[in-house]
Amino acid sequence: MSAVARAPRARRRARGLLLGTLGVVAALVWVFPVYWMVLSAFTPAAYLRASTPEFLPLHATTVNFSRVLEGGGFTSALRMSLAVTGITVVAVLAFAFLAALAISRWRFRGRRSFVLAVLLVQMLPAEGLFIAQYKMLSGVHLLDSVVGISVLYVAAVVPFTVWMLRGFVAGVPAELEEAAMVDGLSRTQAFLRITFPLLAPGLVASGVYAFLQAWNEFTVALVALPSQSSQTLPLWLREFLSASANRGVDWGQVMAASSLIAVPVIVFFLFVQGRMTSGLVSGAVKG
Amino acid sequence: MSNDAALGVPARTDGDPTPPAGGPASAPAPRRRRRPVAPYLLLVPAVLALLAGLAYPVGRQLVMSVQRYGLEQQFGQPPAFVGLDNFTRIFTDERLWAVVLRSVVFCLVNALLTVVIGLALALLMRAVHTAVRLTLQVCLLLAWAMPMVAGVTVFKWLFDYRTGVVNWLLVQVGLDGFRDFSWLSQPFTFFLVATLVIVWMSVPFVALSLYAGLTAVPEEVLEAARIDGATARQQLWHILLPMVRPVLSIVLLLQVIWDLRGFAQIRLLQDAGAPVSETNLLGNFIYELGMSRQDFGGAAAVSIFVLALTVLLSWPYVRTLLKEDA
Repeated sequence: MSAVARAPRARRRARGLLLGTLGVVAALVWVFPVYWMVLSAFTPAAYLRASTPEFLPLHATTVNFSRVLEGGGFTSALRMSLAVTGITVVAVLAFAFLAALAISRWRFRGRRSFVLAVLLVQMLPAEGLFIAQYKMLSGVHLLDSVVGISVLYVAAVVPFTVWMLRGFVAGVPAELEEAAMVDGLSRTQAFLRITFPLLAPGLVASGVYAFLQAWNEFTVALVALPSQSSQTLPLWLREFLSASANRGVDWGQVMAASSLIAVPVIVFFLFVQGRMTSGLVSGAVKG
Repeated sequence: MSNDAALGVPARTDGDPTPPAGGPASAPAPRRRRRPVAPYLLLVPAVLALLAGLAYPVGRQLVMSVQRYGLEQQFGQPPAFVGLDNFTRIFTDERLWAVVLRSVVFCLVNALLTVVIGLALALLMRAVHTAVRLTLQVCLLLAWAMPMVAGVTVFKWLFDYRTGVVNWLLVQVGLDGFRDFSWLSQPFTFFLVATLVIVWMSVPFVALSLYAGLTAVPEEVLEAARIDGATARQQLWHILLPMVRPVLSIVLLLQVIWDLRGFAQIRLLQDAGAPVSETNLLGNFIYELGMSRQDFGGAAAVSIFVLALTVLLSWPYVRTLLKEDA
């Protein structure tokens, strides 16, 4: 649209066509692995082993999915993942919301240190901590337990969520509450009826963020949940592939398993991503 | 100037007359000279969670790094204090430095590739027709949304030596050497696949962030440049890039920090039978020391090194964010 305003029209058309083609090619490259996962999940094993792959769902079947679900491992991992993710989301939302309220509505001694700690801590890699976390959990007999790993997840997710919610809370002017109080509401009523509804989008976005973090997490789960019976879904998928590798990988089933994990996440993600992008780089954009 | 202040949202002092620290409005004498208690109470749950899940392990790690975990400790003896022995032992081990070098090179290559490709896609999105742009945006989002473990698993399928579509494609275009080519069993091609996975996963965030930055460049500025006769290339180098530089540097920094991790992707790819000692990154080295060899002292020493490195690298980013917290 910008660029060569004075270039001859034909050249501009050719350039537009070239860029458009590039754009479509890039789109195809990025979406292909996702497409290939879903396509393979619906393709019978015989066609996946064929010497020429099929690029369209010509023989779609759900047999891969039923095989995966028959195994039973999926249901138990799903239950574990739901428990861990549920606890994490609820605890993170409650803790982070209270902390966000404190740092955006009050100025108090120690506030700046807290904000600094929150920002710094969210950068720490799991790889630099997981051996100590493993020793800690094994010391208090919380390996393989929902509680143990949830504590680690809450601590890992709270910092960014505090930061994210801080923006939302600061965006609701306290004058609104005060106006409601002038109109005769108590402080609590004013908060619940005025401020809270305005914060709902922020809470939803933070909740989905916490969900994604806990649902997808692999590194900490690997050390905190060593036995097979307590695996979360990412650990189960890895195990499923390894087990399948012993008898020549059945990629159709493995892709069905991957799809089962990925599809709910993709749905949630599309819902929240706008907020996440702006949260991560907003400091730079506003400068 | 932070956006909040620009919007006129004041720092609140709800329920307590203590004014913002150091603010010019602190003139009216407070009725009660009491510190606000509420904010501290509100912070309690978050602080407790951070103490239990992060601060305690960090402290424990510091202690572990000066203790010995040998054979006797596996049989229940309490670990003995050994001073800085773990550090001297680990940091004079050339295997560690091989891993550090590999991690740094891998991290820089991945971060640069990600940012360059992300910038190219962001500029492309600006230049193409809306329909193409939306298609590209949706495709990038789908890739970004893939859970990491699922993403790596799909790439293992794409690069499967027997029936993977990549080898099939390469054979089709005449590169017959790729028939049954096993990508993951030798270090160079292993890292090639690892780089593809990580770049594929990371580019969407970079491209979409930079695109958001590019759309913030006012059209009038570019219009004015065009009237003055600036070519497309001049507009790119003298207007667009300087104006997105803040976002660009933050995104590059974040990529460097994130790509220094890579434990999970490498671990999952190693499952396919890669030579572990030649493909380990820092995180994998720590995992092997701690979990496989039970050398918790050594693992803690390397972990502290990784944490220190991260804090050092993160500092500029944290400072930018802190500025926003007016």
